[in-house]
Amino acid sequence: MSDNGFEPRLIGFLCRWCSYNGADLAGTARLKYPPNMVPIKTNCSGRVEPTHIMKAFADGADGVIIAGCHPGDCHYINGNYRTAGRYPLMEKLLEQLGLEHGRVRLEWVSAAEGDKFARVVGEFTEEIRALGPLGWSEQFKDEAAAVAPEAVTA
Amino acid sequence: MRYLYYPGCSAEATGKAYDISTRALMAKLGVELIELDDWNCCGATSYFSVRELDSFAIAARNLSIAQAQGDEDLVAICNACYTTLSKTNRYMAESDEVFKAVNGALGVVGRSYDGKKPVRHIMDVLINDVGLDAVADKVTRRLTGVKVAPYYGCQYSRPMGTFDDTEFPTTMDSLFKALGAEVVDYPSKLKCCGGLMMMTKEEGALRMCHELLKTAADKNADVIVAACPLCEMNLEAYQPRVNSTFGTNFKIPVMYFTQLAGLAFGVEPKKLAIDLQLVSCDDVLAAIPA
Amino acid sequence: MAEEKIGVYICHCGTNIGGKVDVEEVTKWAATQPNVAVAREYKYMCSDPGQDLIKNDIKELGITRAVVAACSPTMHEPTFRKAASDGGLNPYLLQMANIREHCSWVTIDPVAATAKAKRILSAQIHRLPLNEPLEPIEVPVNHDVLVVGGGIAGIEAALKLSATGKHVTLVERNPSIGGHMAMFDKTFPTLDCAACILTPKMSALGKDPNITLMAYSEVEYVEGYVGNFTVKVRKKARYVNTDICTGCGACQEACVVRKVKSEFDQGLGFRSAIYIPFAQAVPLRATIDPAKCLTLSKGKCKQQTCVSACGPGAIDFEQKDEVVELDVGAIIMATGFELWDAAQETRYGYGRLDNVITSLEFERISNASGPTGGEIVCKNGEAPKSVVILHCVGSRDQNYQEFCSRVCCMYSLKFSHLIKEHLPETEVYELYIDMRCFGKNYEEFYRRLMDEGVNFVRGRAAEVTDVALSPDEEGRLVVKTEDTLLGIVRRIPADMVILSAGLSPAHDAKEVSQIFGFGCSANGFYLERHPKLEPVATVTDGIFIAGCCQYPKDIPDTVAQAGAAAAGVLGLVDNDTVKVEPTISYIDPEKCSGCHICVGLCPHNAIQYNEEKNAAEVIEAACKGCGVCVSACGSNVPQQRGYLDVQIFAEIEGALAV
Ligand SMILES: Cc1cc2nc3c(=O)[nH]c(=O)nc-3n(C[C@H](O)[C@H](O)[C@H](O)COP(=O)(O)OP(=O)(O)OC[C@H]3O[C@@H](n4cnc5c(N)ncnc54)[C@H](O)[C@@H]3O)c2cc1C
Ligand code: FES
Repeated sequence: MSDNGFEPRLIGFLCRWCSYNGADLAGTARLKYPPNMVPIKTNCSGRVEPTHIMKAFADGADGVIIAGCHPGDCHYINGNYRTAGRYPLMEKLLEQLGLEHGRVRLEWVSAAEGDKFARVVGEFTEEIRALGPLGWSEQFKDEAAAVAPEAVTA
Repeated sequence: MRYLYYPGCSAEATGKAYDISTRALMAKLGVELIELDDWNCCGATSYFSVRELDSFAIAARNLSIAQAQGDEDLVAICNACYTTLSKTNRYMAESDEVFKAVNGALGVVGRSYDGKKPVRHIMDVLINDVGLDAVADKVTRRLTGVKVAPYYGCQYSRPMGTFDDTEFPTTMDSLFKALGAEVVDYPSKLKCCGGLMMMTKEEGALRMCHELLKTAADKNADVIVAACPLCEMNLEAYQPRVNSTFGTNFKIPVMYFTQLAGLAFGVEPKKLAIDLQLVSCDDVLAAIPA
Repeated sequence: MAEEKIGVYICHCGTNIGGKVDVEEVTKWAATQPNVAVAREYKYMCSDPGQDLIKNDIKELGITRAVVAACSPTMHEPTFRKAASDGGLNPYLLQMANIREHCSWVTIDPVAATAKAKRILSAQIHRLPLNEPLEPIEVPVNHDVLVVGGGIAGIEAALKLSATGKHVTLVERNPSIGGHMAMFDKTFPTLDCAACILTPKMSALGKDPNITLMAYSEVEYVEGYVGNFTVKVRKKARYVNTDICTGCGACQEACVVRKVKSEFDQGLGFRSAIYIPFAQAVPLRATIDPAKCLTLSKGKCKQQTCVSACGPGAIDFEQKDEVVELDVGAIIMATGFELWDAAQETRYGYGRLDNVITSLEFERISNASGPTGGEIVCKNGEAPKSVVILHCVGSRDQNYQEFCSRVCCMYSLKFSHLIKEHLPETEVYELYIDMRCFGKNYEEFYRRLMDEGVNFVRGRAAEVTDVALSPDEEGRLVVKTEDTLLGIVRRIPADMVILSAGLSPAHDAKEVSQIFGFGCSANGFYLERHPKLEPVATVTDGIFIAGCCQYPKDIPDTVAQAGAAAAGVLGLVDNDTVKVEPTISYIDPEKCSGCHICVGLCPHNAIQYNEEKNAAEVIEAACKGCGVCVSACGSNVPQQRGYLDVQIFAEIEGALAV
């Protein structure tokens, strides 16, 4: 654990059938985990696109979780297999963009795994805390300022 | 196959025959045992009953030496050594507090330990690394007709049950079946032998030994095989006192399993220290077909 | 984008949210957010006055969008969307911000919780201006129902539905329906005869013109959605033509393979290779066990005695499995439980020591139609002088199943009673952790057994052994236990030890739940939609659960659930149409380049390629709204209503704006 005082900003894409309900169960069971992640609901983890992840980073996120049903459990038969297939490609892409490893995480959380959800968010928060701020949003602002200074002053 | 070998204190005294026969047996099977440098007591019994943390620190010194000495797994022969060493790993993994305390203690002697050296029981090595098929292949004198009661004792599989069923282990049964022996159903195989209670509350310990000996006798066992020096000593050396206390007349040979197994591989009795046994093993030796 | 007027409604949920999140502060803050016209807080937003706040604001302030920050949308999204709609707003212009399950309940620090609540709310405030009005899609409903599993739960549900005139297909895996209850002699606490209350239901079901019984069958494939499921059922070959078999049983008498362990008798009795599992079986038809039949397994049964014994000539070695396709509007899962495998608890010697038996074996032994004709005897045929019943075997045990199996205390009491009734001189011991006699008349039954002279020992058995230490123990079993009330260790000699094993999920519960598309709980039983308010529904609309497949329970609770599930189904299939979520995909043919990527990826084959337009096309009725096509398209052409890219982007922006 690192006590560097940094509070990471995290976005979590949760599929509606398993992971969103798993997060609900963590709540119903009154489990406690760090408040850093804001959940965004999609129907299936297969709906999540690389652009969503990049948008999150560009807007100031320090880490992103994608959570879906366990293999075999997807409400849409095999949507999560698409997620699983796409994920490594996306990791590579992000790596090429200069993102250090570990800022994106794919997890299978079932509707019954409230404890796992809480644990994953807890772990991920600590990992990103240790990695420190990403700062893409600042960087983008600076770059935008360099191109069009009036945009920031306006 | 190479292992770091931790003989344990008893191997230098009451359990000498266990150490000698293990070395002879493993040499015969082509398994190399490298004795751990400058090892100390594993921290068993007296320590962990009184001050558990001290026992972890004592065990961890051995483990830290093992880690420095080589990448091979550390093998123990005594059930108590095996349990204490593995328990230390487990507690260090599960508790930050234990981890810190152990490393604090090791720090005083200039050592440290990460809690990760794999610890194995010699039987685990025999069954899982050497393998029962290979064992059966190498038998030169099958133990046909010898009725063996395998006695596992408390700490063979409990509490962790890493390589056998926690509450009803069967690996020793399988080994002797592979060696051709007739393994008797020995339901007391996990019952405590009384352990160190023999020193403090002898009548209690004798009662426990009596149960073990009686079951073996009831099942017509020719020999009890043990995997722990303390068990072996209680069952063997205290037979006369069991007899005088309970009016019985037991004269059951008790051997280390490595001794009996060694015989099956054709190792000479002398090299297996069978002459050190207190209850005569002559009948057993005679019963093994040439 | 036209100027939108957003109403923000923040719920205290008593102290559930208000006790952690500073609702007042969030409300003040929300009022300052872009497009927000009004922000209000209320103690219970879901109450009528709470909902009225929204309706009034729509009417009086002209609110064009609304967000309710409260509990999980799974809980109350329908409530608030209905309120919006009643107020004159399209329901899909209302979003929920989950600040209870995802925030107040899981956060320790109130300041952090308040900050997180703002972020969650901000995401929705940013999204709302981009929401489009949507209309739920109305689809036709098939009025037929599928029930899977023919235990008491499935039987009861099927009969209830048939009584309302619905057509039901019941699929049972075994050759006969009846489930576990058919194996029992008596049922606690009333001690009524299980056969007397079950058999009439079984035969009524077999004769019911509204019910198609498919025994010895299994569901292989399920497709579709609420109101419109297509199911493939494999009818396993019985090698007997069931249309002409009369169930006379002559074949099983004639069969030369007679020593097959009977599943129904828990392996204590025997059946033939061709068999009817028990006398009251429904359907009363013979089945050939292909693994045991000499003709089918080895191709050499010289006599083929069954063929000559069968008058109507029903035996057909050439029969093949048949796959039948069904269309149904709703499904009830009633696949029950399996007894926990007691051999895992090696200390108790099941499978190793004679006369250590499981509870189900005892049910068969005590059953008048069982292998011993109802005589309670040990393996050697003698009546036991002492019986010890061990409770909670495999249950309430961190090594195995942590949960309580709920019926074992009670069925153990039933056993004690049966033993005392048959063998008054026999000593009976019950080794329990706690007596859990929770149902109507259950505690009274426990009292009664105490009066009948049963020895209740509070303690969990340490071991069952055959090592005798005293003459009294010679040649018998001995149960070692701590008597925690007396504080002593006891050795109880016994001639029979009954292991009251717990109830486990069916071994294939997980795979079956995947075929049907709903999940299992952490303990392996089917997951209900809501533990309290929706105990018989699943996350998949139109699929319901009943009986022990959901969690261990007794027969009264099973029957009650079966009724509840039937009512749930009826509420659906009694209608001609059902509304489904409009969050499906659409493709603008003008933009589609025709690359085909989405066509192959769609899990429901809902995208077809239109050669004329040179573009992919969504079949609206088949699309279920996963969004896979949206994320797969290189040119972002498919879009999913309700989850447009711009909407998701806005949510991200909002979440990170605070
Ligand atoms: C030893 C014992 C004694 C008991 N005594 C009593 C008692 O006295 N009183 C009482 O109230 N309760 C008693 N119970 C509890 C009682 O057994 C259950 O409440 C009841 O059987 C539950 O019925 P069910 O239909 O849910 O499940 P089950 O009886 O298990 O029936 C499930 C059915 O579904 C079938 N099936 C399973 N999977 C599939 C599949 N994939 N496809 C098709 N079919 C499938 C099975 O073959 C079975 O026929 C006892 C339980 C035990 C273990
Ligand atoms: S629905 Fe959860 S991953 Fe597809």
